[in-house]
Amino acid sequence: MLEVSNLACSRGDHRLFSGLSFTLCPGQILQIQGANGSGKTSLLRTLCGFLVPDEGSICWRGEDIQKMAEDYYAQMIYLGHLNAIKDELSALENLRISAGLAGGHLTENEALAALRRMGLKGRERLPAKVLSQGQRRRVALARLLVNDAALWILDEPLTALDVGAVALIEALIDEHLQRQGMIVFTTHQPLKVAGMEILSLS
Amino acid sequence: MKTLFYLLMLVVRRDLILAMRRRADVLTTLIFFVMVVSLFPLGVGPETDMLRKMAPGVLWVAALLSSMLSLGRLFSADYLDGTLEQMLLVPQPLSMLVLGKIASHWMVSGLPLVLLTPVLGLQFDMSIAAIGMLMLTLLLGTPILSMVGAIGAALTLGLRGGGVLLSLLVLPLCIPVLIFGTGAVQAVVSGMNVSAHLSLMGALLVLALVFTPWVTAQALRISME
Repeated sequence: MLEVSNLACSRGDHRLFSGLSFTLCPGQILQIQGANGSGKTSLLRTLCGFLVPDEGSICWRGEDIQKMAEDYYAQMIYLGHLNAIKDELSALENLRISAGLAGGHLTENEALAALRRMGLKGRERLPAKVLSQGQRRRVALARLLVNDAALWILDEPLTALDVGAVALIEALIDEHLQRQGMIVFTTHQPLKVAGMEILSLS
Repeated sequence: MKTLFYLLMLVVRRDLILAMRRRADVLTTLIFFVMVVSLFPLGVGPETDMLRKMAPGVLWVAALLSSMLSLGRLFSADYLDGTLEQMLLVPQPLSMLVLGKIASHWMVSGLPLVLLTPVLGLQFDMSIAAIGMLMLTLLLGTPILSMVGAIGAALTLGLRGGGVLLSLLVLPLCIPVLIFGTGAVQAVVSGMNVSAHLSLMGALLVLALVFTPWVTAQALRISME
């Protein structure tokens, strides 16, 4: 369970939001809404522990995430604006290395299966630099398939994705919620998921 | 413990693969080192006495400069493509990961300098004993340059003109290594005991090994805010 209470965050002198509170229970999904520059990404980065909040606290299963540090990172996965993909490595190598860094061990067959499910069949061994933007995003999203983290923090997961891929992400989100996972995400595109709660930053 | 070692190996392997696939980056700094060192005999002229005397200093300063050139690459590529963000979220101590990155950085930018030294030493008419000692001091010293440089690289991450600032930050900190490194070679040449120089370099190496990964990790967290 993720509990955020009375959170305030600013960039430079500019106060982005303050007094923000919400609770995310297992099986829940929360969309952060707001105009450009309203602090959506800053909020997600604060939830990851990159930014230290000005005020307030973020607790994961009752403990402060700043104190938990590595124990918290083991239970969450973050997908940012940047795909975190190395151009020189193939899709397969990228996925296996990022799974390794996240503390798991991924066999080649498991990685191939995940990439194929993401619609990258036949592209697994190509260097990432020859992949299109959408395909690179798919490689990044494949990390969600090979990680058993309970909390997903997704910043604009749908950028550059086509209709088929968006449907696939909706299916992945449904599966994760079925498993009592939790998701916080931002998007400017419509996403059809049952039981979605919305938090507006303004 | 096992997972820590696994993480270290994973990072080292990853960075070595990346370096192999971007060979041009690695080669340019090595060629820079060879060029700078080779310019001195050409510029100073063929006076072997003078060349022999200045050789350790020239090679050490060139090693210092070429390691500054390669330091900018240590974190910047990972920073730009978002990989560094993911590395901060690794469920293991970040200093271990940083140590892995420094180790692989040294393997592609520090170790080759040590291996090139005999060839370059010949241009200065250095004796075998002096070349051997120079290689030993570079072997002890270049890891220190990589480790101290990593702190600077982490602090200047994402800054405009970070490369120059990095050199200004790191070069003064490398002065002790330079002094003991060249001092040991001069001691060998003049037949004095070198153990003091080598012990001090060993102590600096251990000190750097203990503290710099942790400090670099903290600097990275600050830079990512």
